[in-house]
Formats: sequence, structure tokens, C-alpha cells
Amino acid sequence: MFVPKITYISFQEEVFEIDVPVGESVMEGAVRNGIDGIVAECGGSCLCATCHVYVDEKFLPLLPAVDEEQDAMLDSTACERLPNSRLSCQIKVRPELDGLIVRMPEYQK
Amino acid sequence: MSDGVVIVGGGQAGFQTAFSLRAEGYEGPVTLIGEEPHVPYQRPPLSKAFVLGKQNQANILLRPESYYLDRNIRFLPGERVAAIETPEHRARLDSGAAIPYDSLVLAAGARNRVLPIAGAQLDGVCYLRTLTEAIELKQRIEQAQQIVVVGGGFIGLEIAASARTLGKEVAVIEALPRLMARVVAPVVSSFFNRSHQSRGVEVLLGAKVREIRGDHGKASEVILDDDSIRRADLVVVGIGIVPNTELAQLAGLPSGNGIGVDEFLQAGDPRIYAIGDCAEYPNPFAGSRVRLESVQNAVDQAVCVAKAIAGKGGPYRAAPWFWSDQYEIRLQLAGLPAGHDFTAVRGQPEDGKFSVFYFRDGRLCAVDSVNRPADHMAARKLIGNGEAITPEQAADESVNLKSLYRIA
Repeated sequence: MFVPKITYISFQEEVFEIDVPVGESVMEGAVRNGIDGIVAECGGSCLCATCHVYVDEKFLPLLPAVDEEQDAMLDSTACERLPNSRLSCQIKVRPELDGLIVRMPEYQK
Repeated sequence: MSDGVVIVGGGQAGFQTAFSLRAEGYEGPVTLIGEEPHVPYQRPPLSKAFVLGKQNQANILLRPESYYLDRNIRFLPGERVAAIETPEHRARLDSGAAIPYDSLVLAAGARNRVLPIAGAQLDGVCYLRTLTEAIELKQRIEQAQQIVVVGGGFIGLEIAASARTLGKEVAVIEALPRLMARVVAPVVSSFFNRSHQSRGVEVLLGAKVREIRGDHGKASEVILDDDSIRRADLVVVGIGIVPNTELAQLAGLPSGNGIGVDEFLQAGDPRIYAIGDCAEYPNPFAGSRVRLESVQNAVDQAVCVAKAIAGKGGPYRAAPWFWSDQYEIRLQLAGLPAGHDFTAVRGQPEDGKFSVFYFRDGRLCAVDSVNRPADHMAARKLIGNGEAITPEQAADESVNLKSLYRIA
């Protein structure tokens, strides 16, 4: 079965290329592989803003619109919110997202 | 050489302490001792996504097992600490082994309060706190037709919502006159009462269970105080928890409603801390000593203690927040409403989106939000920073709450 690859880049420019199955979130892919830089304190419930990532611009059109809940959380990220800021728990991996690149902020809390 | 840190308890607080120590640069030995056989996992999904089958054992783990090795955390599952030998600075395990410590963190958690009535021992009377209990409960809900939930708090109502979503007949029995009475405003209780009833859950308020009767050793009916009877092939009890204070008591540390700690979370011994569900601490937002049961409290207290052990200590001052998901309704609480003398409502309960702002001596002390995440996030900031807001501003939807607090 086809498993999309997601690239996580830390603030220190370390690159992690991870297989993340369709249906899993970008946050879960990081946590399951022990990548520091995504904390996910609330476990993916869109409650804590500690899985904040900056999404590579060319993938933004493939992501669902930021809903009210995520928008409220993104206002509370520890590092600056930018137009390409997303909570990685809210990005469910689909086949089209193969190759997605996300950058992790300097800190999450 | 340093004896390092021993953490008693492998729940959210214990897990977080271990990894925050490493994140703070602590390089000594770290031993995490958990009574449960599992690698630390998230408890909140157990009553929701886990029993609904949307999440499984693998994807509720806080971190994979390899992560502990990579960060040099010695994890001992299925081990119980029998005693803390404070003069010698060592933790004695049930097995007889002793582990020396420089610092010891009691993240001992809590256990379910047991229903003290006849029939509570019958097969088919279940509780929910651990993964082991959740695995059993999930199976039993699947097989059950009629479920009685005893207790209309977060856990009881979340299980009721999950069971109803799975098509089961569900009755909730709450002893107090309203749901979640200890933690939310009356208007929020009424809203959830209607939400459960409109989905077909029977909600009985001010009702007490007198006895559970069985058929061949298995629970079959629940008898209430007024002699009425509810058929049940599964009874789920969610009537609160009892903090695990025995180890502290045995070691002569302060304990009452929880292990008593100071503002630095120290338990009357400079080497010993207590955090999470088991700890009672002076809370600046309540102006009194409190014991909180939440992910936020577990995580933030763990971080505070890890910093202290790594030499960057300070008092614990995080603003409390909580949440509960029932059906598609999200309830979020910020602050603590104890001692409030005024409330203001923002939005309309009839729309399914509203918040209750609580004031004490003219200052905002807590906010309950139903499907209003932006209000909740603003509330965390307003309360955490001690910002001024009037009841009139709170109730006026044309006032942008974000304009009332300083950004970070």
C-alpha cells in the first residue's frame, strides 16, 4: 500500500523524512517517530497549540481551510503565527500530501 | 556520582517529568516507575475515541517505547513502590529492590472512588481510569444493550455520549440536582442535560443508586432510592477519584485531600515533590489550596518540577484549564470559579455556542465555554495575565476579547 512521505525540518535544520500512513495526522507521524519539536500535549484534540508547524507554501492549497477552533488555537502559539502556520494534529495525511514539507518552530511552549 | 531522579507514577505527569528533565538539560539517571504494564499513554481518549474504536492502543501512546531508550530514561513498568525511605533517600520497590535518589517526584495519580452499595461487586459493574479498564469497557459496551451510568460528571457523561453514539440505551444517574455540578455553571448543566436527553439518553437528577441486583452473578438491574428500577446489562461507575497519598503518608509527608505541597510543589522534604492528580497545592487563582485533575495540571506541574531539579526553579503559577468532549459538543473551562459572586453570559445557549464568565470581587476568575474556542483561549490569557475585563464587556459580543489582553 502506498504510504506518503512527510518531511519534518527542525528549527536547527535537521531533516526527518517519515512514512506517515493515510489517515494519520502529521502530528501523529512525528510523535510516533519520536521527533522532538512537536509536543502535542493534548494528544491531537486541537486544544494546546503545541504541535504548531509552518507548512511549505506549495502545499497550502492542498490543506483544508483553518476552522474556527484551529484559528483560535493558532492565535496562541508560542512562536509567531504566520500565514502558513497550522496545527499538525489537524493535517490528516492523504495521498496528495506525499512529499509535504513542514518546518517546526523554535519552541512550542 | 548523582543518584538522579526517581519518578513514582507512569501517567501523564510522570511521563512529562522524565522528558522535561532531559529537555531542561538534566543529565543524571532518571527512573520512571509505573504500576501499569503499559508504556505511558493518554487517558483522555479512553472515554471517547478509544471506546468508539477511532483510536487504538498504539495511537494513544504518549511516545513510542524507543523514545525512552534514546533519551536514557529507565522505565520500569508493572512495578510498585512500597515505601520511600526518606532518611536514606531511596525508593523501595515491592520486589525488595531499592533505588536511590537525589530527588523523588510523586506523580502517583489516583484511583477510582468505589460505589459503596450492595451489588457493586457484581460482574458487569465497571469503572474507567486505566487502559486495561478501557479495553474491557469497550468490549462490554459493544456487547451491552442497556447501560446505566452512575455519575453525571465528565467521565460518566463522556461514556454516556460514546455509548449512545454506538446505539445503546443509556441512563445517567446523578445524585446532585444538576450535571457536572462541581465544575460548571447551572446554565451549562442545563445545556448538557438537554443535549443528552435530545439524543435519547435518560438523565435522572437528584437520584441515588441504592443497590445493584444481579442474575447469576452478573449485574442486571439498578435500584434507585425511590424504588424505581432500571434494567442494565452494564453499569459504569464514574463518581470521582481518590488521590494516592499512602506512600507520602507512610513517609510522614503532609497529606490530606492529596499530598500537601508548597508553591514550589515540594512535599515537606527538599528532595521530594508531588504533582498531578495526587498533589494539593496553593493555587493563586483560587486563593486557596486545591487538587486538580487535568492534563494541563499534570503537564505544567511536571515541567515546573523538572526545571527546579535542573536548577531553574520557580513557583508554580499556571492558569488551570480543562475540557470535555461529548458528542460533537466541546466544553472548555479556564480558571477556577470557586467563590465567584457574579456571572455574565456571552452568546446564546439556544445556539449551542456560549460562554459563562465568572467574576470574584470584580475580577474575572473563570470561564466555561461551549463550542466557543476563541472565548476559551482569550479566557486563558485574560485569567493567566490577570487582565481587567468587566461583566458588560464579557457579555457584549461586539467587544473583541483579543483586544483586552497583551499578546504574550
